[in-house]
Amino acid sequence: MTVYVARRVALAALVVAGVIIATFVIARVVPGDPAATWAGPHASAAQVAAARRFLGLDRPPAVQLLAYFGGILSGNWGLSVHTHQPVLSDIGTAAPASLELVTAALIIALVVAVPLGLISARWPGGVADQAIRAASILGVSMPIFWMALILQLVFSQQLHWLPAAGEYSPNLLFSHPLTRVTGFSLVDALLTGNWPMLGSILAHLVLPAVVVAAYPAGLIARMVRAQVLDTVGETHIQMLRALGFRERAVFGRFAMKLAWNPVAAAVALVFGYSLVNTFLVEAIFDWPGLGSYAAASIATLDTPAILGVTLFIALVYVAANLIVDILQAALDPRIRLR
Amino acid sequence: MNLHMSDVRVRFGDRQVVDISEFGVGAAEIVGLAGESGSGKSMTTLAILGLAHTVGATVSGSIRLDGTELTALSQRELREIRGRRIAAIFQSPAMAFSPVFKVGSVVLRALRLHGMSRADAADAAARAMRQVLLAPDLLDRYPAQLSGGQLQRVAIALALALRAEVLLADEPTSALDVTVQAEVLDLLRGLRERDGMSVLLISHDLAVVAELCDRVAIMQRGEIVEQGPAGQVLSAPQHEYTAELLAAVPRLGPERATPILAAPPAAAPPPPVTAPPPPAAAPPPPAGPGDGGAAGEVGGAPADGEGSG
Amino acid sequence: MIEAPTPADIPAAVLPRGRALRRGLRANPLLLAGALTALFIVIVAVLAPLLAPFPGDAGTATHPFTVLKPPSAAHWFGTDQVGRDVLSRVIYGARISPLIAVIVLVIACLIGVPLGIAAGYFGGWVDEVIMRVTDVFLAFPSLLLALALAAVLPASLTSLTIAIAVTWWPWYTRLIRGQAASVAGRPYIDSCRALGIPRWRIIVRHILPNSVTPLIVQVSLDVGGVILTASALSFLGLGAQDPTPDWGLMVAEGQNYFTTAWWVVTFPGIAIMVTAFAFNLLGDGLRDLLDPRRSLLP
Repeated sequence: MTVYVARRVALAALVVAGVIIATFVIARVVPGDPAATWAGPHASAAQVAAARRFLGLDRPPAVQLLAYFGGILSGNWGLSVHTHQPVLSDIGTAAPASLELVTAALIIALVVAVPLGLISARWPGGVADQAIRAASILGVSMPIFWMALILQLVFSQQLHWLPAAGEYSPNLLFSHPLTRVTGFSLVDALLTGNWPMLGSILAHLVLPAVVVAAYPAGLIARMVRAQVLDTVGETHIQMLRALGFRERAVFGRFAMKLAWNPVAAAVALVFGYSLVNTFLVEAIFDWPGLGSYAAASIATLDTPAILGVTLFIALVYVAANLIVDILQAALDPRIRLR
Repeated sequence: MNLHMSDVRVRFGDRQVVDISEFGVGAAEIVGLAGESGSGKSMTTLAILGLAHTVGATVSGSIRLDGTELTALSQRELREIRGRRIAAIFQSPAMAFSPVFKVGSVVLRALRLHGMSRADAADAAARAMRQVLLAPDLLDRYPAQLSGGQLQRVAIALALALRAEVLLADEPTSALDVTVQAEVLDLLRGLRERDGMSVLLISHDLAVVAELCDRVAIMQRGEIVEQGPAGQVLSAPQHEYTAELLAAVPRLGPERATPILAAPPAAAPPPPVTAPPPPAAAPPPPAGPGDGGAAGEVGGAPADGEGSG
Repeated sequence: MIEAPTPADIPAAVLPRGRALRRGLRANPLLLAGALTALFIVIVAVLAPLLAPFPGDAGTATHPFTVLKPPSAAHWFGTDQVGRDVLSRVIYGARISPLIAVIVLVIACLIGVPLGIAAGYFGGWVDEVIMRVTDVFLAFPSLLLALALAAVLPASLTSLTIAIAVTWWPWYTRLIRGQAASVAGRPYIDSCRALGIPRWRIIVRHILPNSVTPLIVQVSLDVGGVILTASALSFLGLGAQDPTPDWGLMVAEGQNYFTTAWWVVTFPGIAIMVTAFAFNLLGDGLRDLLDPRRSLLP
């Protein structure tokens, strides 16, 4: 097992290096002169040259790459053109809210999709299966930004069931201010026993989480169906039936256990995908996360910020895949025994 | 009779794959059901267990276990019988155990499903493992860590621990190599002798049938064309199909490969009248991949096996 | 390595013809619905100038006096913030999304397939290099890389197309590589080599045709995905620019008026959803048809 983990970590490190190089390359694709942009539209030639020296753009590309690498690894991810803050600290402030959002979305997706997938697999070809299949494909076909707008209109504006925007109700800022402990609002509210705040955050979380959950739910339902159906033809399932186990147990416990592995892998992949989807959703719901930051950066063409967010999410993605690889080996003994 | 089947027909839609007019396994008796692959033998197992519907087949007729009419029972009642009174072992032991569960986990869950307490189940499992000559701590392993022979023995141990009355053994040795085969057959014989279990042995391998069975029924395209005491049927076949099967067994040297059993022939029921065989294609294997018998392969050629258990 | 989900290895199955095809379609009503809807959308796209009641509105026309009118007999889908007929713009928008998808996928295949075949057939260091590069690309969630690229390029449909194509090809490389590697390992390829058949011929006549089936399925599944990605990027302002009647752009433009003029956002959004849904159904049904293991019946 340790050999397996070590191997995976080494490969992941290699990919991370590649990712950093990739963001460097993308940054160099920017048409126009970054130095001129930095110096501003009314800068003189001398100021632009000074900016170029400041930004290190006058050095040979290989040196620039090394400097970039060193910078990334030491925490210097550049300065946001828009906020003039270090990009990394901007990301640090914004990321927790998005991570909460995506986690909540994935939980919703799993809770909804796994049983639906099992039902589909239990009675394949039936009405429920067709309906669930159509719903799943619909889930992965949703334009997320549009769904966000529609849900906001229906549930907030028209029905007034749920709040329209923000992370929590603004009046709570004065009556029950949230003390920051970890940076994760939900966790902090829980830790400090701030129940009104917790409730408010959860209420504000529902709509964006449901929107982000649509794609993963569709994906997971189909995955569970496919994996479980693949298994039920196999001898060991017949043996379990021959031993007297109920269909419910055969599907729910035994067949599903085999399905968790690929489902876990899918969840890791879709975590990264969903994190990017927050770009489309957060601005609409005014949820103060990475997505809002990224959307604002895109609107202002804040290249360092855009690339910083890109790098961050890619790293999260690599890390998530690494964790899943290791978890898979732990769950399915066949992998590490290979 | 422990297990008695009459007028049993198994159908896929309008395609009939099994048509048994009269067949049974007596108490403490080992009966063989032999025939080439695709003749409907495995479907018979599923029909007895009441699991034919899981592959889309329907069953009609009477299957009685010691007086209880199985075809009249609900699924819930059948679940109580499965494992507990009728046990089954399958052809490919490596595929019969779920790869992500420890072998012991399945055994213990099955025992507890049928009413044993956790402690009793652990005891019964350990005892049964020793009966099949395996160390009980092997239960802590995953199927991938055990050989085919060991896995088949665990399956037999499971039947023992559950104290089943009847064991349906569907090609139990086809996936094993010859030395391991002999050990498993010994165990099956022991089940009959020591525990009084009835065994229905399904096999395309006539040598195995000859060695183990008291009585044998020959199945061709879902119908039993001949049945009777093993020695009688295999040395003096009445039906031409039986003769063909016997002729197909490869022989080494001038001696016959099928030994004649010493036990005196019991009164055999008259061979059923054979209707013209239905032009059926082979039914789909009910239990997924792992069907080792190539179409038409009969006789004593052992399939390539896994390491000795 | 970071494993992207590849479709299960599909045995070299043939698209059923004639009666088998009809039976397959009947058993799969979703596939039929998807196919018909996709066909409908293509027809609408082709016949756009004939179907749109106000073709000029898909271009630079503005009508300051009919701004934000709700759906009516004259304007089935209402009018937008500069008075343009939403229905006409939605109809013309049908020309954009599928076309982008096609171009993107063609480019992605043109890049990805040769690389995949090279990696699978030649193996060795060629394989290693190609796969490592692919791994780096695949370490980015697809929308992200396209977004980063589109953000640094001047915003236009062309940049968008290039950006998405650049992020899409690695999936195909990985897919084809697996297939090519397994085909190349078969004994009959060795026989071909022994007979002195030139390499390029082996690749074109043997490796390529046998590796292509899963690609067809994947491409048809990806059409919906590309359409969604393209509309998302346009929504963010990175793709089509006004006055192009791109659906994503229309949703973005209508955002600010949404609470009072719901129709500006709703109809383009439905168009995106229906198009993606139709092509996804089509791709999914195609996969079912070609992969016998995934059949609906037990």
